[in-house]
Amino acid sequence: MIGRVGANVGGRLAYLAAVMLCAAAATFLMFELLPGSLADAILGENATAEDIARLEAELGLDRPLAERFAAWLWHALQGDLGRSHITGEPVASAVAERLPVSIELMVLAQLAALAIALPLGTLAGYREGTRIDRIISGGAFGVLAVPHFVLGILLILVFAIWLRVLPATGFVPFAADPLGNLRSMVLPTLTLALAEAPVYLRLLRSDLASTLREPFITVARAKGLSDRRILLTHALRPSSFSLITVMGINIGHLIGGAVVIETLFALPGLGRLLIEAIIKRDYPVVQGLVLFVAAAFVVVNLVVDALYALIDPRVRHDRRR
Amino acid sequence: MIVDGERPIEAAAPRAMPPRVLLPLAWLALVAAAALAAPWLPLPVPHAMDFAAAAQGPSLQHPFGTDLDGRDLLSRVVHGARISLFVGLAAPTLGLVIGGALGLIAAYYKGFVRRAILGALDVLLAFPTLVLALALTSILGATLENVTLALGIILIPAFARIARANALPLLGREFVLAARTAGAGDLYILLREVLPNMAMPLLTYWLTMISLVIVAEGSLSFLGVGIPPPAPSWGGMIAYGREALERSPHVTLVPAAVMFLTVLSLNLLGDALRQRTEAREGALR
Repeated sequence: MIGRVGANVGGRLAYLAAVMLCAAAATFLMFELLPGSLADAILGENATAEDIARLEAELGLDRPLAERFAAWLWHALQGDLGRSHITGEPVASAVAERLPVSIELMVLAQLAALAIALPLGTLAGYREGTRIDRIISGGAFGVLAVPHFVLGILLILVFAIWLRVLPATGFVPFAADPLGNLRSMVLPTLTLALAEAPVYLRLLRSDLASTLREPFITVARAKGLSDRRILLTHALRPSSFSLITVMGINIGHLIGGAVVIETLFALPGLGRLLIEAIIKRDYPVVQGLVLFVAAAFVVVNLVVDALYALIDPRVRHDRRR
Repeated sequence: MIVDGERPIEAAAPRAMPPRVLLPLAWLALVAAAALAAPWLPLPVPHAMDFAAAAQGPSLQHPFGTDLDGRDLLSRVVHGARISLFVGLAAPTLGLVIGGALGLIAAYYKGFVRRAILGALDVLLAFPTLVLALALTSILGATLENVTLALGIILIPAFARIARANALPLLGREFVLAARTAGAGDLYILLREVLPNMAMPLLTYWLTMISLVIVAEGSLSFLGVGIPPPAPSWGGMIAYGREALERSPHVTLVPAAVMFLTVLSLNLLGDALRQRTEAREGALR
C-alpha cells in the first residue's frame, strides 16, 4: 500500500512538474510575442537600426526561440530569474528582498482574520437564526461587498486622517524598528483581515450550525456536557475544514503579494514590485516574477493539499479507499 | 393541458418580492438605465474640466459635487457605470461560453482531448488570478476590450470545472442514452440534451461572477493598469480621489458608495437565486 501511495505522490509530482513546465513556457511566450522587441523598449524611439541589432545580439535576442527558452529556463532553475533592464538588479535578489514583507502581511492578516472570524462565526453558528446571528451575518455580508481598496481607503480616512492614531503609509523595516514596523503594518493587516474575515466567518457559521445538528452532539448533550465544552472540544474541529480549505487557497494567492493593499499602503512587497515593473514596462522583471509566483503558488497548493490529510481524517481515509 | 401544467409553477413562485430582492433589483435597474441612457441624459461631459469649480461639495448644479479637476461626479459615475457593466457582463459571458464549452467537451470525450483540456486548465490555474490578469493586461495593452478579455480568460477554468462537474452525472442518464440510440450526433446530444439540464448552475455562477469582475476591473483601474484615464472607471475615480482624501473625501466616497451598492445588490440577488435553486433541487430529491 505504501508503494501505491508513493507511486501516486510520484505521479502527481510528475504531473505538476509538467504543468509547471507548460506554465513557464506560457510565461516565456507571453512576453516573447510582445509587439516590438525588448531592445526597442530599452533604447527608446531614437535608436538606430545598428544600435538595436547590437543590443539584440548582446541580449541574445537573435538566437532561435527554443534556444532562448531553454537558456531562460536553465537559468531560472538555478535561481537566476533575469535582470531588470532599467536598474540592472537581478530579479531573484529583488524577490528575496520583497518576499518577507508580503509574507509578514499574509501571516498577520490571517491571524487577525481568524481573531475576528472565529469568535463571531462560532457565536453566529451557535445561535443560528437568532437576532445576534442575523446582526453578525448581515454585517459580514455587507463588508463582503466592499472592495479591498475601498476598505483600505475607509480605514485610512478614519484612523490616519480623522483620528490620526496610525500612519497611512511609510513602511518601517522590521530589523530597523520592530515596534514601528508593527505600527506601520496595522492598517494594511486590518484591511486584508477585514476583507477575508467575512468569508471565514460565513463558512464557519454554516458548518458549525450543521455540525450542531449531528447525532454525536446530541449524545454529548445527553451526557450532560456543558455547551462551552461541546463547542470547543466536539463541534469546532469538524466544522473548520471548509475554513481551512479556503484559507489555504488565500495563502497561495497571497504568496504573490496582496497587490492592491501593498499599493495602497506603499508596502515594498512582491505585489508592489509587480505593479511597478508593469507600469515601467520592465518586462524581464514581470516575466521573472510571474514565473516565481506561479511556481510558489503551485508548491504552496501542494503543501496545503498534503496538510489536509494531516488535519482531516476523512481525507486520509478517502485516499486509502 | 400545457396551461394546467404551468399553473403549479406559477403558484410556487413567491407572491410578493421581499425587500432584499426588490431593493437590489431597483438599484441595478437604475444603474443599468442610467448607463444605457448616459449619452442622452442632460449631464455635463464627464471629462469636461472646470478648475473654478474644483472639489466642490454637492450643489444643485452638481448633485454629487465635482472632482479635483472640476469634473461633474454624477456624470462621471454614470459614465463609469457603462464601463463597469460592460466588463461585468462581457467577461463572465466570455468565461461562460469558452469555459462551458471546454468543460462539456472534457466531460463527453475521453482520451487525449480530455487530458489536453484538463492539462491546459491546470496550466491556467498555476497562476494566481490577479497576477495573471495583470500580466495579460500589461502584454495586451490596457484598453476596455483587453481588460475584458484578460478577466474573461481568468474565469475560464472555474466555468469549465462547474460545467464538467454538472455534465458528468447527466451523461449517464437515460435521455442521453435514448438520444444516442435514436442516432443523434455528439453536437446534438451536448447542446440539446445535456446543456439545458445544466444551465441553471452555470447561470447562477455567471451572475455571482459579475460582481467579482466589477471589483476586479475596479482593482486594475485602481492600480493604474486598467482602462486608462480620462475614461471614468469607478476604480480609477476612487484611486484618483485618494490624493485629496483629507480635503475632499467625497471625490473618493461617491464612486466608492456607488460601487459598494452595485456589488452588494448583485451579491444579494445571487444569494436569493442560489437559495431558490437549492430549495427547488432539494424538493426534487
